Amino acid sequence: MSEPVMVFDHVTKQYPNGTVAVDDFHLDVADGEFVSIVGPSGCGKSTMLKLIMGLEPLTRGSITYRAQARDESAMTGMVFQQPLLLAWHTVLDNVLVPSTLQGRAQRRADEPRARELLAMLGLADFAERHPYELSGGMQQRVGIARALLHDPRILLMDEPFGALDAMTRDQLTMDLLDIWERDRKTVVFITHSISEAVLLSDRVVVMTPRPGRVADVVDIDLPRPRTLQTISTPEFGRLAAHIRSVLDTAEMVTA
Amino acid sequence: MTTQLPRTAVDDHGQHDLSVRRQPPSGAERKRLSDLPGWLLSSTTVLLLVIGWEIAVRTADVSAILFPAPSGVIEALVTGFTDGPFVRHTLVTLQEIVYGFAFAVVAGLLTAVWVTSSRLAEKIVLPIVVVLQTVPKVALAPLFLVWFGFGMESKILTTALIAFFPVLINATLGFNSTSSEQVNMMRSFGATRLQVLTRLRLPTAVPSIIAGLDVAVVLSVIGAIVAEFVGSQAGLGYLIIASNTSLDTTTMFAALVVLSVIGLTLHYIVVLAGRRLAFWSEENRSRHAGL
Ligand SMILES: Nc1ncnc2c1ncn2[C@@H]1O[C@H](COP(=O)(O)OP(=O)(O)OP(=O)(O)O)[C@@H](O)[C@H]1O
Ligand SMILES: [Mg+2]
Repeated sequence: MSEPVMVFDHVTKQYPNGTVAVDDFHLDVADGEFVSIVGPSGCGKSTMLKLIMGLEPLTRGSITYRAQARDESAMTGMVFQQPLLLAWHTVLDNVLVPSTLQGRAQRRADEPRARELLAMLGLADFAERHPYELSGGMQQRVGIARALLHDPRILLMDEPFGALDAMTRDQLTMDLLDIWERDRKTVVFITHSISEAVLLSDRVVVMTPRPGRVADVVDIDLPRPRTLQTISTPEFGRLAAHIRSVLDTAEMVTA
Repeated sequence: MTTQLPRTAVDDHGQHDLSVRRQPPSGAERKRLSDLPGWLLSSTTVLLLVIGWEIAVRTADVSAILFPAPSGVIEALVTGFTDGPFVRHTLVTLQEIVYGFAFAVVAGLLTAVWVTSSRLAEKIVLPIVVVLQTVPKVALAPLFLVWFGFGMESKILTTALIAFFPVLINATLGFNSTSSEQVNMMRSFGATRLQVLTRLRLPTAVPSIIAGLDVAVVLSVIGAIVAEFVGSQAGLGYLIIASNTSLDTTTMFAALVVLSVIGLTLHYIVVLAGRRLAFWSEENRSRHAGL
């Protein structure tokens, strides 16, 4: 494996109220790698992303990442579990929020790219609408476009499709695969869904219940490009069953 | 419409073969009074009441000192505004209300920003505000009279003080209604603390601030009038007191009408501003949906 672009070095996070959310988490992520983190609810997955973004201080260990970018905020792009759009802005302005924070000139310079992203995600006709005029799946797509605006090398996603129905979810999963095939960003993808993780990832990190430790790291060597048909291959079933059993054992050990 | 089916279809469990058919109602739709627009219904009602009042006063021959006829009030308004003192008094009161309201809004918003962006300020200032809020503000009007004299200054201060608290409290609520997820989102895209305030917390607070302004605008009218009652040389409150002494009830009613018009106008300005600024809020959208 080449020099990793993101290193979690024995990361531990204890919240001020005493909860240990992440315990001795260790992981290297290679450039252009798609890594998923799966684990039971409350095992510290969201906490991990907050630690990466510097939204919460670490208790022990360190997280290091590097990427070519204009500035720190453009290194990473984050997609959240809820769309978290600004209700008073149009769809276009929501996608442009990261630019607006850099000033008017930057916003003007980035507008063509924002429109391109909206077109790519099938929202070209909705650029001037407001979030309340969009369905949940469309709102989530706006959130993805916003995260991609600065073309960050590293994409962080916290259960981005968790709140969506199965059909929209499949559609967006395929959209994400497309986007990733294009320029192979480094992706840290958090999910509850084993099949989603297997379909998308190069590696799947399985976490134990709280405090979150690494139970296993599973290599997914399914051929790419993958499609929804990949799900019905025996190889896919074998990998999913393996992750399922790791999760179950991890739960038994702590229970 | 349901059609009774032949009785022969009754089976041994006492059940009938029923059928239901839905279709658009036939014939002309029955018009209801409540289908008419609200403004039309309420203004017609007011007009009828005024006419009833006029008739009652005339037939029962009530003294104008007790109950002036609406026609008399209108006459007093017309002469008052053309060659009487109404223009001067209205302008004085209007200025007191507008300046007092403006002071309250600026001070209330700034205090709310301060209190919600500093833990220390919150811990020190909020308890003081809660205590001060229980003081009846109009009771301070005589004090302001002593400090600032009979002119407009003392009235503006009383007005501002009364209108300040609803602005502060609603704005504080509004600034605090931002979710931590949303703050994290802004910070993950590199927003500074100031940008989180101006681009997230302030817009989020707008519907709540508008609600505060609506309360404040009504209180401003009350504040200015009460302050004028306490001691003044001009204004609609002064006019009411002066015409009270001379038992000129018609002029008192005329002043009341002017005050209501001022209050209503200011209220509608705030409501319209709210609809423009917070077009996206849940509340405004459900209204558009015709609920
Ligand atoms: N600000 C906080 N203060 C104290 N404890 C917290 C805080 N945030 C999270 N926790 C605790 O840390 C643990 C991990 O939370 P986290 O949100 O990372 O879980 P998660 O793996 O993302 O769960 P889910 O899959 O349900 O989203 C939980 O037990 C939670 O109660
Ligand atoms: Mg989570």
